[in-house]
Amino acid sequence: MDLSLTAEQEAFRENVRRWLKANIPADWTSRVAATADVPRPEAYDILRAWQRKLYDAGFLGLTWPKDYGGRGLTFIEEMILHQEMALAKAPPILNILGVGMAGPTIVAYGTEEQKRRYPARILSCEEIWCQGYSEPNAGSDLASLQTRAVKDGEHWVINGQKVWTSLAHIADFMMLLARTDPNAPKHKGITYFLLDMKLPGVTVKPLRQMTGDAEFNEVFFDNVRLHESQVLGGVNNGWSVGLTTLMYERLALGFGLQVRLRIALDGLIELSRRMEKHGRNVVKDPVLRQKIAQLWIDTECLKYTGARAITRLLRGEIPGPEASTGKMMWVETHQRLQELAMDIQGPYAQLMRGSEWAVESGLWQHTFLRSRANSIEGGTTEIQKNIIAERILGLPKD
Amino acid sequence: MDFGFSQEQEMLRATARKFFENECTSTFVRARMEEPAGVTDDFWTKLAEQGWLGLVYPEEYGGAGLGFVDLVVLMEEMGRVVMPGPFFATTVLGGLAILEAGSAAQKEEWLTRIAAGEAKATLAWTEPNVRWDAAGVTTTARAAGGDFVLSGTKLFVPDAHLADVLVVAARTSEGPRPEDGVSLFLVPKNTAGLETKLLPTMDQTRKLCEVSFRDARVPGPALLGARDAGWPAVARVLERATVALCAEMCGGAQRVLEMTTEYAKIRVAFGKPIGSYQGVKHRAADMLVDVENAKSLTYYAAWAVDENVVEAALAASMAKAYVTDAYRKVAGAGIQLHGGIGFTWEHDLHLYFKRAKSSEFTFGDATYHRERVASLINL
Repeated sequence: MDLSLTAEQEAFRENVRRWLKANIPADWTSRVAATADVPRPEAYDILRAWQRKLYDAGFLGLTWPKDYGGRGLTFIEEMILHQEMALAKAPPILNILGVGMAGPTIVAYGTEEQKRRYPARILSCEEIWCQGYSEPNAGSDLASLQTRAVKDGEHWVINGQKVWTSLAHIADFMMLLARTDPNAPKHKGITYFLLDMKLPGVTVKPLRQMTGDAEFNEVFFDNVRLHESQVLGGVNNGWSVGLTTLMYERLALGFGLQVRLRIALDGLIELSRRMEKHGRNVVKDPVLRQKIAQLWIDTECLKYTGARAITRLLRGEIPGPEASTGKMMWVETHQRLQELAMDIQGPYAQLMRGSEWAVESGLWQHTFLRSRANSIEGGTTEIQKNIIAERILGLPKD
Repeated sequence: MDFGFSQEQEMLRATARKFFENECTSTFVRARMEEPAGVTDDFWTKLAEQGWLGLVYPEEYGGAGLGFVDLVVLMEEMGRVVMPGPFFATTVLGGLAILEAGSAAQKEEWLTRIAAGEAKATLAWTEPNVRWDAAGVTTTARAAGGDFVLSGTKLFVPDAHLADVLVVAARTSEGPRPEDGVSLFLVPKNTAGLETKLLPTMDQTRKLCEVSFRDARVPGPALLGARDAGWPAVARVLERATVALCAEMCGGAQRVLEMTTEYAKIRVAFGKPIGSYQGVKHRAADMLVDVENAKSLTYYAAWAVDENVVEAALAASMAKAYVTDAYRKVAGAGIQLHGGIGFTWEHDLHLYFKRAKSSEFTFGDATYHRERVASLINL
């Protein structure tokens, strides 16, 4: 057991740190108006520019092969990058679904042509990706999806609807799961497509959320003709390909999630130092100190659990149970953090952006409301628990 | 970076698991619960033969010269079987205090005998005021001629009734800070004025004592380390012992999780194994999350104290705060998911539940350590 880094890795850290210090836009927090989670709509231009800058500096796609726009490094460098981004309070990566899911899946399953065409533009943020999995009648029970793809010559004709599609309104491409064989068992008749969002017949309708923002969308497909070269990983093999995407989501997004949590926690601690409750400074309140300390412990814990998972990966072992707990742990911790941010503010918690009395311009109110989706998106907590119970603990399916 | 165990450590784990499955069965543990000793000579000799009593002591003192992470592996396996007896008091508490503060002669005298299984030790430090900081030390040691005379009461001293020597923290002077003026003494059993009384404990696998000193006189060379400067050694031993205890708790929690999932697969209710119901599945998943997180924090803390990194104290407190809550929750959930059978004396679950409870209050509970975390992160 050795948590120290090699001289090269330390040099990489130093390099990242120096670069971030010189390049993070000073006022990005107020301009992007969020301390955690997915950005608000008006922030996209700033975030697009930020991702491009990161890419040009060579800090994106660290673990991807060099031939496809990556750097060919290990998860250690990836971890270092994310740790430094947290410490420097760096802006989030806009094309996160592309970087975290679409890119690695294309690298794993794509044809040479697909691998040359897509991954690099994902990293540079030239092409933003969204994820077309969930449907009105297929959420947790994803394999029941009904969007149909019917072969017609060299094309597939797509009809159906996706929902809760983050970033679809600015996305250039979608990772689309559609049913290609309605007669096969439900997991066997699904194909994974790379869909150009500008194709005729694709309609994106914003869905207003409880935050008031419209960051999710409904996406409708009306006889969309998609060329057969856009199949990823083989016809009727979409379920396996899609699961790979989800595995990458857990691993790669895991680093990012830990970073966002740490940034939010640092923000919460700064807030606590400024706020008074019941006539005393929040950080002097023994009960609130307990709650903040527990958040600190849980946030650190996510980091170490991640390091255990990386170690297994680097040793060429299969991921252990620790690899599956991260999402649940993150969700629970983040929601508790956001609740505490409201608790600390007391009656001020009620005031939204627009009031001069609002704490920190009402940023926490937005992130608090947004955090309610955490335990639903990317696999509900209930589904995560079923997966852990069945696949790791070996309990019987009902 | 490599955040995992080495092949040698995995071998130690495999050896220890097999050894304890054979030698430390439920029947053995239950027999020891009923007796004051909590250990048999035969079992103690076997631990010595394995080289585990001196695992982390230097080879020059009869030890195996291994590191703290190796001890963590062994402690996890001991926790799996709720191992009774004075291993923790002797090897970790008393022994590490001697290793930390002792002169070469004192180490030679005691560590070699501890490692060989010929002597048992403990650390008498906490008092009825149940403070974990230096201010809790109110027992006094008065200089008299070349001797020291000890007066006061120590409470919650593990296995003092078995110890050949007690490492005692006592106040030799009043300094500006509570940390100043604490000294350590090696007090052999049979010292006049020393009395140990075994206390009835909820966790019968852990024997705790009251130790009183009524003008107990020890010679000058009984002083362990420098006079008035004993506290830093206690603090370092405490940090290590806390992490070792966390490892033992992780082992116990892991075993409860395994017992519970095994049972949930075979116990049938309403025509199906109870493990197929989501009410059971979700609780089992929660247990797994608790166990894995507990391990992550414990392993990190083990590395941190072994390497003596700056965050070692923070790492130890983070681990103890989390693992304390995790073991208590997991042991409780284990009983709940077993239903009535889990509440019986016959089933082993209560041994784990009680061990979780006794461990909770050893070296500070979760609330205490969260407050320490808050202080250490400058909140």
